[in-house]
Amino acid sequence: MDESEPITIEISRRTVIEAGTTALLLTALPPAALAAGPSDNNEPPPPSATVTFQINGRSHELTLDPRTTLLDALREHLALTGSKKGCDHGQCGACTVLIDGRRINSCLTLAVMHDGQSVTTIEGLAEGENLHPLQAAFVEHDGFQCGYCTSGQICSAVGMLAESRTGMPSYVTDDLTHPMAELTDAEIRERMSGNICRCAAYPNIVAAIKQAAGTPT
Amino acid sequence: MKAFNYQRADSAAHAAAAAAKPGAKFIAGGTNLLDLMKLQVETPSELVDINRLPLDKIEETPDGGLRVGALVRNSDLAADPRVRQRYGVLSRALLAGASAQLRNKATTGGNLLQRTRCYYFYDVTKPCNKRNPGSGCAALAGFNRIHAILGTSDHCIATHPSDMAVAMRALDARVETVNGEGEARVIPIAEFYRLPGKTPEIETSLKPGEIITAVTLPPPPPGVHVYRKVRDRASYAFALVSVAAIVDSTRGRIRSARLAFGGLALKPWRAPQAEERLVNAAADTTTFNAAANAVLEGARGFGGNDFKVPLTRRTLHSVLADTTRT
Repeated sequence: MDESEPITIEISRRTVIEAGTTALLLTALPPAALAAGPSDNNEPPPPSATVTFQINGRSHELTLDPRTTLLDALREHLALTGSKKGCDHGQCGACTVLIDGRRINSCLTLAVMHDGQSVTTIEGLAEGENLHPLQAAFVEHDGFQCGYCTSGQICSAVGMLAESRTGMPSYVTDDLTHPMAELTDAEIRERMSGNICRCAAYPNIVAAIKQAAGTPT
Repeated sequence: MKAFNYQRADSAAHAAAAAAKPGAKFIAGGTNLLDLMKLQVETPSELVDINRLPLDKIEETPDGGLRVGALVRNSDLAADPRVRQRYGVLSRALLAGASAQLRNKATTGGNLLQRTRCYYFYDVTKPCNKRNPGSGCAALAGFNRIHAILGTSDHCIATHPSDMAVAMRALDARVETVNGEGEARVIPIAEFYRLPGKTPEIETSLKPGEIITAVTLPPPPPGVHVYRKVRDRASYAFALVSVAAIVDSTRGRIRSARLAFGGLALKPWRAPQAEERLVNAAADTTTFNAAANAVLEGARGFGGNDFKVPLTRRTLHSVLADTTRT
């Protein structure tokens, strides 16, 4: 998606690296690609829309091109780059965030659809210097290699454990009428199937989640 | 993504009136529509956000059924204790679909209306009669491993991707709608979906702007509920073949059965001839073969999907054996 909004974020080492990468990319793109965007085909830009929501406990008001996905709003407008863009089509789970406590793919929803709602990203899980139990468990069990999917895995696991506590069944739950399924490895794998790990750290991800769930690993 | 105007609807009739304009679309969960908009398969000029409408309740009906609001999320419907107790086939079908993140967004109405995952429908550089009427069907002589074997036409061999709708077809659900004038109607799910014929771009009997407000489930028929999904990986994949079955049997004899199939056609495929073969029949291989033959009458493969004929037969055998083991 193309953005017309300027990005204003604090300058950090990371920003400088990203800006440098962008400059390199821009020089490599054909002129037509640079021209493409909200104004392609000479269409007037759409009216902007305003959204007010809580992100990690802080209220934000953004005026956006309505095309802006929640993921792009977080990354490009609020500089919360913990949520990752993997496939941008809801297939990989790297963009998983929690809306009012429920996990969703932030790439497949528009920011303006979440007016008045509360969003929790990976940046909102720790309390000060104290990692969220799932973050600590991922570190302890080495639940990642490159780390690109990890914020999505952890946000998804937070949502998954909350679902499990309310009795949500899964496709592999034998008895759907049973109020509570035990979180076996098979249950965790099925419930986490929306999060792909290209490094295949799955055994350690399952172990980390089991530890955080309080079940024996 | 092409530019669009965005508005939030405050009533179903207002939403229907707003969406009756050419180029307008409803958006609820958005998990399918935004995917298609990013690829410019869908290019709405107006998005009518219906998420604020009060259509998110599951209610008992006087006859002992359930009325499911169009905005009930797939995860909430699957987890509802009444659905798990009385409509196990529906709960299991919902849980077989997509991922947990998508089920938390996807709605009952939107799931009914999701579009095919045919590769050529998704690829705007390829001919597709559904996306671009009259341009041809690239799947007929292309990669068609995932495509339909029943109810196809020379114009389209796509499949309907929903698991939920297959279970609802077995349950004889009814789709409730409202149009821009505020007029309500009820469409039996048997009449909701259309086969491709010469107009694969017309997928349902909904009129422009008509909005789904609820799906009603009649009281559940007696029997064992099963949803069996066969796919290329264990989770988070579309069905190659799926079977929604409700089978009532005792001591090796079948009293009644309902069968609906996914992955075989452009609509959830109910098989009444097969169901007739099962009534008062012995639960044995001869009966299961007769039922499979009835399901597959007129089935036709297109090369890559020829395997779906024996796969359907074997999946049905397995389901019938499991549901009659009493």
